Formats: sequence, structure tokens, C-alpha cells
Amino acid sequence: MSSLALTLSDTLVLARRNLIRIPRQPDLLIAYTVQPVMFVLLFVYVFGGAIQTPGFDYVDFLMPGIIVQSIAFGGFVTALGLSEDVGKGLIDRFRSLPMSRAAVLLGRTFSDVLLNILSLAVLFAVGFAAGFNFTDSSAGEVLLGILLLLLLGYAFSWIFALVGLYSSTPETANSIGFTAIFPLTFASSIFVPADTMPDGLRQFAEANPFTTISDAVRSLWIGTPANTDVWMAFIWCFVLIAVFAPLAVGRYRKVAAK
Amino acid sequence: MNEDAIVVEGLEKSYGSVRALCGVDFTARTGSVLGLLGPNGAGKTTAVRILATLLEADAGVARVAGLDVKKDAAKLRAKIGLAGQYAAVDENLTGFENLEMVGRLYHMARAQARTRADELLELFELTDAAKRPAKTYSGGMRRRLDLAAALVFRPPVLYLDEPTTGLDPRGRLGMWETIEGRTAAGTTVLLTTQYLDEADRLADRIVVIDHGTVIAEGTADELKDRVGGERLEVRLEDGAEVEQAIAALAAMADERPAVDDGTVRVGVRRRTGAIAEAVRRLDDVDVGIDDIALRRPTLDDVFLALTGHAAEEAPAEAPEEVRA
Repeated sequence: MSSLALTLSDTLVLARRNLIRIPRQPDLLIAYTVQPVMFVLLFVYVFGGAIQTPGFDYVDFLMPGIIVQSIAFGGFVTALGLSEDVGKGLIDRFRSLPMSRAAVLLGRTFSDVLLNILSLAVLFAVGFAAGFNFTDSSAGEVLLGILLLLLLGYAFSWIFALVGLYSSTPETANSIGFTAIFPLTFASSIFVPADTMPDGLRQFAEANPFTTISDAVRSLWIGTPANTDVWMAFIWCFVLIAVFAPLAVGRYRKVAAK
Repeated sequence: MNEDAIVVEGLEKSYGSVRALCGVDFTARTGSVLGLLGPNGAGKTTAVRILATLLEADAGVARVAGLDVKKDAAKLRAKIGLAGQYAAVDENLTGFENLEMVGRLYHMARAQARTRADELLELFELTDAAKRPAKTYSGGMRRRLDLAAALVFRPPVLYLDEPTTGLDPRGRLGMWETIEGRTAAGTTVLLTTQYLDEADRLADRIVVIDHGTVIAEGTADELKDRVGGERLEVRLEDGAEVEQAIAALAAMADERPAVDDGTVRVGVRRRTGAIAEAVRRLDDVDVGIDDIALRRPTLDDVFLALTGHAAEEAPAEAPEEVRA
């Protein structure tokens, strides 16, 4: 077999391994389903009444944003899983095998894509139940939005892979994820329009890729003005992958147990 | 292939200012078991990690199965198996799934990987637990599964990094039997351990390592001779009778028995019958015994004998004693 075919075979073996364990770890399944549902309900019904989104129902404004946030955090399973594999010595075993150097991370990020598709289905179901509707969008635009979200999820899988490889325990990975990345999702247009924010924060939010990507999905799904957001959103995702995938693979080559 | 399976020359590795290995040399003949004996932090695991291609040495050469660990790393990985103290199994996969996954990662065909997994589960007495997630396994079962995973591809060279650390005495004994019985004939094994009795039982030759340096090398018997073998410890009822006791016991040892706080220590030549003989000799001269025990040399004794200092960070393990 060529090295590309071997990498693919190793990746599939490891992706299968990651997926087999999901139903055996009910807490992970809950993170994938209950948590995003809770966020939708919380924002639509608790905060929604107090947030003004002129021209749109808040649920229509919110759903693209909340899906962006959930999908970005979907890669968190990779951080937890990798830090656990490092701590338990599984990475040592993999690195001592005659397998592809990139396959452990490719397998992780690939299984994340499948989990993100599951996550999207749950979010759409809750969104429609809460009154979300596509406005002025063709089937192609809806699909392009989904594609963008899956690409975003893939980019964040690499970011979280790096976080996981630098964390000695799943708890560390957890705290890095929630102190560094979680606030970034709030200082953006995910939950509220950026132009309601005070100076300083508003400029930050406007430059935040979460804003670009949320606004891109909105323009595709609810017909807000697109400007350059859609192109920029795809470029952001590719840039994130181009930066974080090599960093994560480089770290994987050196990572040690203990 | 007449070449030694493992040849290590002048291996050096530092982590920042800490020198883990300061020029280590050793060789393991093809088909033999080499024990790397030393306390925590001696550099054993660093050496294994370098030989398993997980870590690059700063200096020195290491050849395993005729391949350079640095230049031929990718080829070498198909010829080594690694098992050890971490029991690196996926806890959420069943025993069968773990072994099948490892087989597939060695690029065995699916059917072949499955057959081999069943074979190994049988061999390691895990067939009954084959369909249970590994997180339900006992410590000993996990170690057996870990060792089975290392043997999936029948590697000619096997590294066992502290295979019994953390196991209870029964688990250790079981693991020793497994290692003795299950590693195929002709497999070269590099075993690291903190326990002299483990190296004694499993290894053909032992390399003693301390602070990243080899301080002794030889067969278990050769090392034990340097340590002085087993010691008989006799606490007397009456401390004033020490001289009579020494006179009575001197014939059992090559060296003059030592005295420490009313306890007489005798390095005995032969373990068998030593206690009975000592009791008889002391009884003959009417010296009363408060307590008598045979003490096997521990890693501490080896280090004391070889280096003049006790093993640092040695395991908190009570000396194994045989009470009369």
C-alpha cells in the first residue's frame, strides 16, 4: 500500500475507535446533545425578550450564532480524548507502532466531523421547535452554511487537538478551553449584534472571526447583508487549519506520557 | 543474524539541566532477556523510550534488530513491541477491540487481526472478558491485555517497562508467569524493573543503572555475590551474649558476622536450612534467641553494596522476610 493509503486506513481505524466509545461514555453524548439544547432554550426564552434584533425575531438571529458556538466547541471532545490518551500512555503505544504519524490526529478530527453532523441535526430540531425559520435562502445557501459550519468545526478540532496535547489532564484541557475560547464566543455577534457593544469591545467583536462566521451563516440563512463575510469566513477556517494542524502534528511527534 | 538484538553505545539524554542518561552502554543477545535494574529516576524509562523510537537521544548510538533507532525509526517500529507500567489500553474499548485495533494499525488484514486478537485473548486467559470494556478489568488483567497488545505482530524485540509496578504480590506473580510462558522463544526482551527479585527471576543478564550511568552488569548470581547474598538476622535475648553468638555462627558465613544494637547479621552461603542450623548452633551454646529471620537482598542492598549510598526514591517496600 502507498503511504497515503496507509494513512487513510490508520485514520479510519482510529476514527472508528473514537466513535465506538461515544455511546459507552454517556457524559460525552450529553455534552453533544443536552448542552446545546440548554443554550438555545436559555437564550431564546430567558435572555431573548431583553435583546433587540431590529428586523428579525431573536430566535432567527440567535440560531446561526449558537450553532457556530456549539460546532466550534464540538472539537472539545478531541482535546479531552487526546489529553486522556497522553496521560494513559496510549499515545506512546500509537507512536511505537509502524503507523502514520498524522493518523491519530486525523482520526480524531475526522470523527469530530461525524459528531458535528449529529450535533447539527439536534440543533436544527431544537431551533425549529423554538420557531427558527430560514428566510430568503435557497437550498444551495442552506447547504453552503452547513458546509461552512462543518469546516469551522474541523478547524476547531485542530485547535483543540493542540490544547489536548499540551494538557497533562482532561481537567487542564477543560480549563484552557473555557478560559481562553469561551469568552471569545461572547465578545462577538454570536448572541447579540456587535453594534450594541461599547467602543473598544465593539471593534474587537467586529474583528473576531466568530462574528465573521456567524454573520456569514446569517446572510446565507436569514438574508442579512452578506458583504464579504461568506468569503472571509471560509478564509478564516482555512487559515486556522493551516496554522493549527501543523502545530498539532508537530506537538504529537514530541509529546510524552507523564 | 548473529548481531546482538540490542546494542547501545554511549547513549546520552538530558531534559534541560537534568541528565537522565550520561553515556550508557549495554547489549542484549538475540533471544535473551536483559534486565535494566534501577530506582525511579535512574534513566531506565528514558532508555526504553529512546529504543522504542519515542524519544531521540542527544548523543550515542542504538541499534535494535539491526536497525538504527534514529535513522531507521519507521522500519524499526514494525519489529518492536512496547508494554509497561502505563498499561496503555483504551478503557472504553473491549479487550477484543483493543487487540483488533492494534493489529489493524500494524496493517494486518481485518480477518487476520481478528484471528490474532482471539488467539491472544485465549493465550492470556482473557477470553471470558473479551467482550467487556477494559475499564471493567482488574489491574492484572489490564497488564495482560497491554502485554498481549505488544505481542500482536509477534515482534522480535519486546520492551517491558516496569511490567509489575503497582500490582499486588499475587498480580506480580501472575505477570511473571505470563511473561515467562508467553513471550515466544527467540524474542529478545528488554525488561526494566525496580525489583531485584523480578530481574533475578526473568532476566538472563542484569544491567544496574543509577543516575543515568551503568554501575554494574552481570548475571543475577554474579550480582548477588557482590551484594553478599542472603542475610540471617538474629536478635538475642541477652545483648551481652553477642560474642558467643558470633563464635557459634561464624562457621556459616565467609565473613565475620556484624553486630548492630543486639542484632547479629550473618551473610549466609546457603538459604536452605540456614535458620534451623543457626537455631541449633545457638542452642548448643545456650544463647537465647528473641527473633530470627532470613532477609533477601533488596534493591537497597544492591545499591548500598555497589554505590555506597542507598537507592534514592526506591519503592517503599518492606524487606521480604521469612520468619522462623
